[in-house]
Amino acid sequence: MIIIGERINGMFNDIKKAIQEKDPKPVQEWAVKQKEGGAEMLDLNVGPAVPDKVEALKWLVEVTQEATDLTLCLDSTNFKAIEEGLKVCKLPAVINSTSAEREKIEIAFPLAIKYNAGLIGLTMDKSGIPKDADTRLSFAMELVAAADEFGLPMEDLYIDPLILPANVAQDHGPEVIKTLRQIKNLSDPAPKTVLGLSNVSQGCSNRSLLNRVFLAMGMANGLDAVIADANDEALIEVAAAGEVLLNQSVYCDSFVKMFKQR
Amino acid sequence: MKLQVLKEKYRAKVQELVLGATKEEGGTRSCTVTVGGDSCLPFHHFEGEVPNRPVVAMEVTDIKPNWNPKLLKNFEDVFEKPGEWARKNVENFGADLIYLKFDGADPEGEDRSVEDCVETLQEVLQAVGVPLIVSGCGNEEKDNKLMEAIAEAASGENLLIGNAEQDNYKTITAACMVHKHSIIAKSPLDINICKQLNILISEMNLPLNKIVIDPSIGGLGYGIEYAYSIMERSRLGALQGDKMLSMPIICTVGYEAWRTKEANVSEDEFPEWGTQEERGVLWEAVTASAMLQAGAHILVMRHPKAVELTKRNIDQLMQPFSYE
Repeated sequence: MIIIGERINGMFNDIKKAIQEKDPKPVQEWAVKQKEGGAEMLDLNVGPAVPDKVEALKWLVEVTQEATDLTLCLDSTNFKAIEEGLKVCKLPAVINSTSAEREKIEIAFPLAIKYNAGLIGLTMDKSGIPKDADTRLSFAMELVAAADEFGLPMEDLYIDPLILPANVAQDHGPEVIKTLRQIKNLSDPAPKTVLGLSNVSQGCSNRSLLNRVFLAMGMANGLDAVIADANDEALIEVAAAGEVLLNQSVYCDSFVKMFKQR
Repeated sequence: MKLQVLKEKYRAKVQELVLGATKEEGGTRSCTVTVGGDSCLPFHHFEGEVPNRPVVAMEVTDIKPNWNPKLLKNFEDVFEKPGEWARKNVENFGADLIYLKFDGADPEGEDRSVEDCVETLQEVLQAVGVPLIVSGCGNEEKDNKLMEAIAEAASGENLLIGNAEQDNYKTITAACMVHKHSIIAKSPLDINICKQLNILISEMNLPLNKIVIDPSIGGLGYGIEYAYSIMERSRLGALQGDKMLSMPIICTVGYEAWRTKEANVSEDEFPEWGTQEERGVLWEAVTASAMLQAGAHILVMRHPKAVELTKRNIDQLMQPFSYE
């Protein structure tokens, strides 16, 4: 299970302020803290902090990689900002994200290949998030076909079947789980799968519980990565235990500690 | 139509580990031996690198060993003199390393003193230039004292010292840390304990590339398949990036093979089984061959003839090949 730390995001006030004042300290502190929590990658999202997204994302990349060698996930809807960010990445990164619309695919896939990056593909188009698993799956198929067409290695494609909050769209939960399971049958080798996990509990009470239960359910159905709170210890423990129970890592008494340290 | 070969891609490899130290490196060895570094399953030359060949360490004991006479006769001129025995193993029988075992230290047996054992160590160090593996008598309390003294006396030689076990690893690990030796982490045919012990040792700050796994094996026909499964799992773990399973592996082949019935019963008892010594040699060589296939890096062996067969087998397995 790949934990992608979600905390470096301009939606949070401390990061927003850091971006506006160009103060690297809060960003770097969160980079280190999330790594210690168990993050294997870090999501970087400028959020609504500043008008110049291009410059801001580039700055986030530069200051984050001064503090850590984790893989960076460049999170923006602006491909120009992502490309400028990729240019300054010292290690291969992940593009977050493209939808399954043809015009976005034609930009995102060549970009991923040019910079040897991974790519998160969302199972949606202009008309929004599908209600059922079948429609999600047809978008997933478009993304898999695009990987084949443009020559992106399948293990570098992360498909996100898009979960919505439990208190808003409860009926989406089982559809996402069903989609996860079926994505793994689309090709051999199969693409990876990812979820923005915290979204499942947005606006709900007892968020951590909802997050970690959905994580366990997802893992059992082929979920490979989550953008999540890497400092939610109970969540990380579920990820570590899930890997052991799915026989993805060899059991040892220190399995939680080892999950965090790798 | 050209054959399309499907290759596994792995993201990590087995640790590379150096045994022994030359004069420039702070020791007195005439050569060092490097093991591990594999980036593929055993001998899958077409999928990755096998940079170092597996090696054979030949066993020497500090007192006359309680071995089968057919085996022991190969060493009858030297078994009372560990230094000369070691030299014979290297010069006549092609041992890459010497495995010196202090059976004589056992309080239940001859109870040799720590000082006497250290003297034996010095004798062997002077007699041969190859790196040494040193192992105790199996009595925890005595072995801890003995290995502390050995580690200090051979400081800088980069010995491989055994055995650290789950309930008794701290003293030996500390001794290896202080005097810059490597350690054998022995687990009882159990992948989970194997991994946990590596974690415990590395948490004492001994680097990962100073640890060798002894998974405990069985001889051919005596549970060898369990050892095979554990070694295969360990290698797959290492290749998939599990650092706590990424160490090279040592197998006590001679010990296991020579305690089987097939290696020991006389021709009078089972005339249809062929000559006894040949049986023993083959049992040891075939056990070694299976362990090589399972991913062993260091084989601890006894019979010169079995060593010869095994080294020939290694030569063949190390021939690079590809399906291109």
